Amino acid sequence: MATRSVVRGLRRQDLTWGYAFLAPALIILTVFLVVPIVMALWVSFREWTGLQPLGESTFVGLANYRAILLDDTVRRTDFARAIRNTLYYVLTVVPLQTILALSLAVIVNQPRLPGRSFFRTAYYFPAISSSVAISLIFLFLYQKGGLINYILTLITLGHWSNPDWLTNSNGTIHNLLGIFGITANSVPALADAQFMGLSLWEWISGPSVAMTSIIMLNIWTTIGTMMLIFLAALQDIPTFVYEAAALDGASAWQMFTKITVPLLRPTTFFVVTIGLIGTFQVFDQIFVMAPGERTTLSLAYMVYRTAFRNASMGEGTAIAFLLFIIIFAFTLLQRRLTSDRATD
Amino acid sequence: MATATKAAAPARSLEVVGGRGSETRSRIMKYVSLAILVLLALMTLYPFLYAIGTSFKSNAEAFASPLSLLPQAPTLEAYQMLNTGLANVPRWTLNSALVALIVTITRVLFDSIAGYALARMHFAGRNIVFVAMLGTMMIPGVVLLIPRFIVLKQFGMLDSYWGLTFPFMVDVFGIFMMKQFFESVPYELEEAAFVDGANRLDMFFRVVLPTAGPALAALAIFSFQGMWNNFMDVLVIVNSPDLYTLPLGLGLLRGSQGVNLPWNFIMAGSVLTTLPMALIFLFFQRYFVEGISYSGIKG
Repeated sequence: MATRSVVRGLRRQDLTWGYAFLAPALIILTVFLVVPIVMALWVSFREWTGLQPLGESTFVGLANYRAILLDDTVRRTDFARAIRNTLYYVLTVVPLQTILALSLAVIVNQPRLPGRSFFRTAYYFPAISSSVAISLIFLFLYQKGGLINYILTLITLGHWSNPDWLTNSNGTIHNLLGIFGITANSVPALADAQFMGLSLWEWISGPSVAMTSIIMLNIWTTIGTMMLIFLAALQDIPTFVYEAAALDGASAWQMFTKITVPLLRPTTFFVVTIGLIGTFQVFDQIFVMAPGERTTLSLAYMVYRTAFRNASMGEGTAIAFLLFIIIFAFTLLQRRLTSDRATD
Repeated sequence: MATATKAAAPARSLEVVGGRGSETRSRIMKYVSLAILVLLALMTLYPFLYAIGTSFKSNAEAFASPLSLLPQAPTLEAYQMLNTGLANVPRWTLNSALVALIVTITRVLFDSIAGYALARMHFAGRNIVFVAMLGTMMIPGVVLLIPRFIVLKQFGMLDSYWGLTFPFMVDVFGIFMMKQFFESVPYELEEAAFVDGANRLDMFFRVVLPTAGPALAALAIFSFQGMWNNFMDVLVIVNSPDLYTLPLGLGLLRGSQGVNLPWNFIMAGSVLTTLPMALIFLFFQRYFVEGISYSGIKG
């Protein structure tokens, strides 16, 4: 009874206090999040350099979207390149970091493992430091005479060509095909057919050597966070499940594939989702390590370049919205795929 | 205690079932995985140690002996360059610290009062507000880059401390984290305070908030980290060198200098950028883990 009167007493003041408590959040989110999004949608249909007042911009209809999707221009080719590069980046980083983080979590989670908390700390460390600082450190490590080439020269006993990783624009799949003597000339069908101004041969290039360097760096950085998330979930799996399996004579590998992986499905879904959202927006590493390269141009970098370097705000926002749609589609697709497997 | 028994149990029962052969095998497994873990830890930490080592080398030595971790002729050359024509690292550090602190303090306050309202108060429109906030979480940061620039430009806030702090004083992730926490606070606390004649404001600050220490610490750490490391937003908002933050100043150096960078200096800058977060991490490690468990995967 006391509780009910308390609730009634509080309700009388909650309308006032509720909105008073929410006011700062609502004001800031409205002004810097909701209004900007609506405004940007409007700007994406206009031509505006960002330098003159917004009122002096002109309405151009769908021209910004057409320029990057339909018209046969350099901008569309660049957009196609950015899509290709970003897709290779996302589709390499997300699976690799998820699998590696899960394996690492299972290894670190072993009972009576010495130094367990040290390993946990060590692997998480890159995740807390600034992406710019890390990119600069790796920019140094990847240099022609830098540590990575030096170690590879030692390992290969001097048979190492000391590549300049971050300016090497050769596609890795192209390189692989090259070993078997396949070049653009040997597949004229692919070299001639075009999609969005880029030949099919260009589309199947694979991530360039430069992009692969950034891919490796990013996996190195994010694995720790993903591992911690998996570790927290692993500790929630009740031990009797494993004990029962052990009594039935299950091997360690069977326990991993038949118990651990299925029970971790919600966590894996979460890790893959934040992985997708994060990798689709790759920017800092590109800006610091390989700006201006055709094969490292990412969609997020193109948004920045178009809007702030080429002073074309309308087209920049159009690219940003298309990127939003791509991210949204991918997360939905991933949701569909995971739930399908769950019903099997 | 519960976690300790939980962790140890499966291995013991495995050994009972498997007998001696599997015991040897599981021991080998343990050494193999330990070797892998040590190698990986080395790969993770070495770049940072190497950056520290290089920051005490002369620029000539930085490239001459790539493999050596320790400088042969230790020098403070790189650290003396931090305040020269090339860079104004003290100023950048000050800007980074100021901006990150303002954002952290306001975010902790605004996120926790909003989180409390959503968790405990009953008023018309609460669910609408909640769902709307949930919706904004789907918007990726890069999509906000230009829109935010436009709004700040309209307000004349570009290239100012206002522009660097205002948009970041609230974040939805933090609100949800605090909401999650406040939902676990027992009702009895609030009832007792109400009976004593407290209104919602007193109740929150005197009774509820003091129980939120760990959650607030986690929120403060994530906010500080996010703003201290922020590069993309700062890049767009700031123009004058007086307002550069550490990541922005260092990131732009690369653009103006190409790869002919004084590497010992660049490593010194990177070390300084990483240092505060490293210290916070070492001292408050448990809050990082706690924050990750609040982030939604657990409920």
